[in-house]
Amino acid sequence: MGLLNQRFENGNVLLTSVDDVLAWGRLSSLWAMQFGLACCAIEMMATGASHYDLDRFGTFFRSSPRQADVMIVAGTVTLKMASRIKTLYDQMAEPRYVLSMGSCANCGGPYWEHGYHVLKGVDRVIPVDVYVPGCPPRPEALMEGLLKLKEKIRKERLILKQTA
Amino acid sequence: MLTEYGRVLIFILVGAGIGAISMVFAWLLRPHRPYPSKNAIYECGESPLGDTRIRFNIRFYVIALVFLIFDVEVVFLFPWAVVYSALGWFAFFEMLVFLAILLVGYAYVWKRGDLEWDKPAPNIPRYERGIGVRETPLTEEELVA
Repeated sequence: MGLLNQRFENGNVLLTSVDDVLAWGRLSSLWAMQFGLACCAIEMMATGASHYDLDRFGTFFRSSPRQADVMIVAGTVTLKMASRIKTLYDQMAEPRYVLSMGSCANCGGPYWEHGYHVLKGVDRVIPVDVYVPGCPPRPEALMEGLLKLKEKIRKERLILKQTA
Repeated sequence: MLTEYGRVLIFILVGAGIGAISMVFAWLLRPHRPYPSKNAIYECGESPLGDTRIRFNIRFYVIALVFLIFDVEVVFLFPWAVVYSALGWFAFFEMLVFLAILLVGYAYVWKRGDLEWDKPAPNIPRYERGIGVRETPLTEEELVA
């Protein structure tokens, strides 16, 4: 028996809010920005490849920020790259999300104390939605991070008027 | 009653309609908050320099033309090689004439110097005496201090 088979009462009417439908649409096709910074990117590539198959969660990599919904900051953010990351984040279309992957992107990681060239956490230049710990995180961890991001998007209300 | 072209028209209308509907929905739903950095040209995170319509060196034009001619020559050589044994000496001399004509063009381009490429002459910075570097080795007192 299927998921919807003979489950409907009251004349097959489904009631939901527009925001719920939109959130469902957005979280079901989280296209990621295709760029990697360091060794975390290798794990990210492994997650996207056939063994872990990120595509089954609706996430695959786009090579333009205009088409991307989520930016996976995979790796060490050097000071030189930080301004580029800010630009790339700016150029993504809204609504946009950031997943910080690995210790380096979260807080500077092993470069925390002596890394004169490393940004101490990507959240100093762009707002981060989900932090994935690990050095580097396993592909399962990255997938868990994306699922957490989906939970966050599911609760998001874009159209409903915000009451301050 | 629909003609064959009528079906094509319906196909075009449905295709345009799907595109138009999705664009209208996107226009209705999307947040619209443009700012200069967001609207900037995507240049892999770099700040874009100049225009997208940049000029290429005119010498690329001659190189491209020469490449095109000899590219086509090779394309003609392949079918010629396939039927060569059937056509015999006639085909051999025909191809020789064809190659000779193109060779004249090649010699012309060579003589004109279009195949020569100016090597870049970088201006390598040189160390000049007495700027920022001391000329004498450190003395004993300075080493101790």
